[in-house]
Amino acid sequence: MNEKVMMKGNEAIAEAAILAGCRHYFGYPITPQTEVAAYMAKKMPKIGGTFLQAESEIAAINMVYGVASTGKPAMTSSSSPGISLKCEGISYLAGADLPALIVNVQRGGPGLGGIQPSQSDYFLATRGPGHGDFHVFVFAPASVQEMADLTGRALHVAWKYRMPSMLLADGTMGQMMEPVVLPEAADAFGSDNPWAAVGTGMKRPHNVINSLYLAPEELERINFERFKRYELAEAEETLWEEYMMEDAEICVVSYGITARVSRNAIVEARSRGIKVGMIRPITLWPFPKAPLAAAAEKVKSFLCVELNMGQMIEDVELAIRCSRPVDLCCRVGGMIPAPDEVLAHIMKLAEGEKA
Amino acid sequence: MAGHEIIIAGFGGQGLLFAGKVLAYGGLIENREVSWLPSYGPEMRGGTANCNVILSDTPVGSPIVQHPDILIVMNTPSLDKYESTVAPGGKIFVDSALITRKVSREDVEVFYIPATQMASDMNASGLANMILLGAVLRETACISDETLVKSLHQVIPARKADLFELNMSCIRAGKEYK
Repeated sequence: MNEKVMMKGNEAIAEAAILAGCRHYFGYPITPQTEVAAYMAKKMPKIGGTFLQAESEIAAINMVYGVASTGKPAMTSSSSPGISLKCEGISYLAGADLPALIVNVQRGGPGLGGIQPSQSDYFLATRGPGHGDFHVFVFAPASVQEMADLTGRALHVAWKYRMPSMLLADGTMGQMMEPVVLPEAADAFGSDNPWAAVGTGMKRPHNVINSLYLAPEELERINFERFKRYELAEAEETLWEEYMMEDAEICVVSYGITARVSRNAIVEARSRGIKVGMIRPITLWPFPKAPLAAAAEKVKSFLCVELNMGQMIEDVELAIRCSRPVDLCCRVGGMIPAPDEVLAHIMKLAEGEKA
Repeated sequence: MAGHEIIIAGFGGQGLLFAGKVLAYGGLIENREVSWLPSYGPEMRGGTANCNVILSDTPVGSPIVQHPDILIVMNTPSLDKYESTVAPGGKIFVDSALITRKVSREDVEVFYIPATQMASDMNASGLANMILLGAVLRETACISDETLVKSLHQVIPARKADLFELNMSCIRAGKEYK
């Protein structure tokens, strides 16, 4: 096992992608993710990889499309406004069934917004970022260790299912340093992808990488087939963590940085005798519907804590079929709730239950 | 060993993040749970900047320090902003060469150290952060002396390794200042 080192979340993403076998990075600078690009710029030339600062985010995502077409792992990273620009390319990747890693270290929006942390791209990420019917894997790390671990996993499942993966972090997770044990180096992709456009050697028909299907019957068939894969991904790849849920009467649902804040609030509420726990989605797509539905059988209410005006809350309400009240505790625009604010909300719910 | 929640605040360029790194790496060396969170953006280039460090024996929840038990301040706006947030019984370390006002709280311990002046007198301008760190280590022992040396070696970039001794002298000066 590697030894524990201190790293920024952004650096951990970059190193973990390299360790997972990624040798092609295309990006364009934007706060608060620039350290990903800076790390790649330093490291890639030394290991025979490619770092390229593109002329724009749109160019970068299309360079990813190009490398992915050859079956090689490729990635790009940006922050919210830059991800909006990449959406066309992500839709084309999905339409061509190409794997890729897109990192979004979110900042407040809409528009240019601000540069402080946010989770306001939840809808953008989980509803298929771009036009057309599709999904991407969405991973929401809540520690620098998970920034590293989930980067490798995101690349791995992208190749397994031939889908783009998005690592959805935020400015805090990107900028903070924590001890991390880096994963072992692996090279899981690139050698045997029968779909890749790497030359036929005159031994097989051409592989065509394309997202244009003018015959509606064919496009419908391809969409149906793609959604079969999505069904499999939902069954096999959903990740979540349960915290103090055994006897919980209130269930906090939160991901990323707000899950960290909520944890403090839960510890404090428990010390006051409040039975509260948390379900922390680690994948936002696929969303952990089953554990939430199971929790709804036991708890009296849910509390979503997120850095937006209420986005994941819709998925929670859907997962539990609105069978329990679901409250929202949020800050936006780059603000982060203090544990005391989350605690106050938990106490209010607990008192409501007693009344 | 008790946990510590630390805020180091002042102007960008005063070495706030660096001082925080010395503590955070120290925590790592002592195999404790650690987080280090910098402010980022334009304040790194001259505005007010800060860094939050948590040293703990249990996993760190929020990396954002709400009620520090150690506050190091290197400009007046930072003292104004954070004085009220310090946990009762906490310790405030003030660079009294740059902050002329006194702390008004009476339920905290306050240490006034003219760190920027001392650093300048030692031909070590820019290392006021290390002088304040020395005072913190004397008063809280939040990382051990042995750890400090190891941590400093890790945090000082290789191209500036010759500055190790000067950093240590400043830390010692801060420790000895009464």
